[in-house]
Amino acid sequence: MQSATISRSTRASRIAAGLAVILVVALAAAPWWTSSANLRLFTEFMIYLALASSWNLLAGYAGLISVGQHAYVGFGGYLMFSCVLFLGLNPLYAIPIAGVLGGLIAIPVAFFVFRLKGPYFAIGTWVVAEVFRLSAAQMSSVGGGSGLSIPVSAMRALGSKSEREILIYLTAFALCIGAVVVIYLVLRSRIGLALTAIRDNEIASLSLGVPIGRIKLAVYVVAAAGTAMIGALIFITKLRISPDAAFSVNDWTVFVIFIVVIGGIGTMEGPIIGTLLYFVLRESLADLGAFYLMILGALAIVIMLATPNGLWGLVVKRFDFSLFPVGYRVRGLTPKSD
Amino acid sequence: MEWVNAIVQGILTGGLYALFAAGLSLIFGVMRLVNIAHGDLIVGAAYVALAVISATGLNPLASLVIVVPVMAAIGYGLQFGLLNRVIGGNILPPLIVTFGLSVILQNLLLQVFSADSRKLNAGPIETDSLKIMPGLDVGYMPLLTFVAAVLIIASLQFLFYKTSMGRAFRATSDDGEIAQIMGLDNRRVFAWAMALSLAVVAVAGVFLAIRANFDPFMGPSRLIFGFEAVIIGGLGNLWGTLAGGVILGVAQGLGAQIDPGWQLLAGHVAFLIILAFRPRGLFPRID
Repeated sequence: MQSATISRSTRASRIAAGLAVILVVALAAAPWWTSSANLRLFTEFMIYLALASSWNLLAGYAGLISVGQHAYVGFGGYLMFSCVLFLGLNPLYAIPIAGVLGGLIAIPVAFFVFRLKGPYFAIGTWVVAEVFRLSAAQMSSVGGGSGLSIPVSAMRALGSKSEREILIYLTAFALCIGAVVVIYLVLRSRIGLALTAIRDNEIASLSLGVPIGRIKLAVYVVAAAGTAMIGALIFITKLRISPDAAFSVNDWTVFVIFIVVIGGIGTMEGPIIGTLLYFVLRESLADLGAFYLMILGALAIVIMLATPNGLWGLVVKRFDFSLFPVGYRVRGLTPKSD
Repeated sequence: MEWVNAIVQGILTGGLYALFAAGLSLIFGVMRLVNIAHGDLIVGAAYVALAVISATGLNPLASLVIVVPVMAAIGYGLQFGLLNRVIGGNILPPLIVTFGLSVILQNLLLQVFSADSRKLNAGPIETDSLKIMPGLDVGYMPLLTFVAAVLIIASLQFLFYKTSMGRAFRATSDDGEIAQIMGLDNRRVFAWAMALSLAVVAVAGVFLAIRANFDPFMGPSRLIFGFEAVIIGGLGNLWGTLAGGVILGVAQGLGAQIDPGWQLLAGHVAFLIILAFRPRGLFPRID
């Protein structure tokens, strides 16, 4: 009898991992080999990839389909502004604070929205984001409904214009890679196994002792913390905040959902493919204005009808390949021939 | 008296919210579908009315004779051609598809009708009001909206529980497979449910457009009001949905009375409070 071995990676995935490391190192060094316009584009790419990865963790792995993550983007942005205006902090130092407070505020929010199931959970999270937006518009100390700009002195603390751009890019890079690595490690851990079980069959996993409620809450809080940190960074790059921009459902939720769905929901690779495609489409079709958004919406619908696992789902189906091996594979087992 | 007035006006506004909600409640009841594009379809109906009126010169209320069948046909086609493919099982595909529809519809309206805000003019009925007592006037239009909401909900209730179509809706909702064995074609039942939902959407859109300015991007907040009314009233209960709309309208009216900036916030807070204490709504029917 032949003995079977269990492994997580394949030769292809190890080669891919090697190439990915080279790419990551190259990206870390981007400020030294690319123009400042490209650096700003790369920063935005990192921001969207981080947002997409955290929404994917939430919806693709924990089954929490939120359409209200813009609540945390705006929360992070406003928190960063408050830290700068009232505490005189360096804007970058506000990012970890936004993470902690974003995670904390997600707990009472979860108390409300977790009472709603499935699609109603989705719209419930949207209501919460509306509450955040309307509350921000009521706070005159942060500019009320019309918003305000970041003080020039606060940005000077980050150095000259080019130094600032490099610093912001490296922060976006760190947040993005950090988000991807954290999610990868979570998915390979016991929590990842539990999440897979929940995704495949919630009732069966509950009966096997998976603490569904606690795990979902933990994932929701982690995703909120990550999103709030990215929100703080987004508004450092924008230099100006207003309730409508901070809590924009289009910019921070619709695009992010389309990115994940088109790339492949419930896979680590999906958000990367989706973000790449999103930027390619945006750079080539943005002149079309409203038509561009219609094309994006239609693309999401077509993907859902034709290949619900997204573009990466097609790759996996065809080549059985994984860049981020989070599952297990058994080899050496020969099928019985009786 | 200002407060009484705020409550009375809030109740009447609740009629409009119940109209937003009734179509949403109906399709959730029949096929467990939450249509994210519901609000955009309401706004779309308002634009259809605008086009009909500018082509024919009809009064907005009379334009319903055309707008209702047009929206119902769109609903039938939408369900039969698209939504039936993603319904059942996983909740993600219908959410994403209706989300995509919402974005497409908003931008289509923007492209065709521009971002300018519009309004339908229904003539003197808009400004006339009924003087109940000094300091308390009830406009004919809000009153008509409320009466329309009550009538529509009563007819939906009748249709659901007293007609063969309603029996088909209830059977499919209870157990789709058994209903099919009994000779129902689920795809057509769902398509009729969506047609009915969009017929109600048409009425909601026209009343919305007579009452206030509208633009291509106000759909999502109408969806949220409708959704809140459904949850407050309890899933699957049409009269509960009317009560939910009224509670939302009154909360907004009282909020606006305290500070105009609190109008919308007060509605959302009322919703969250009810969610905290009665997570299944006030009068739930469906688990």
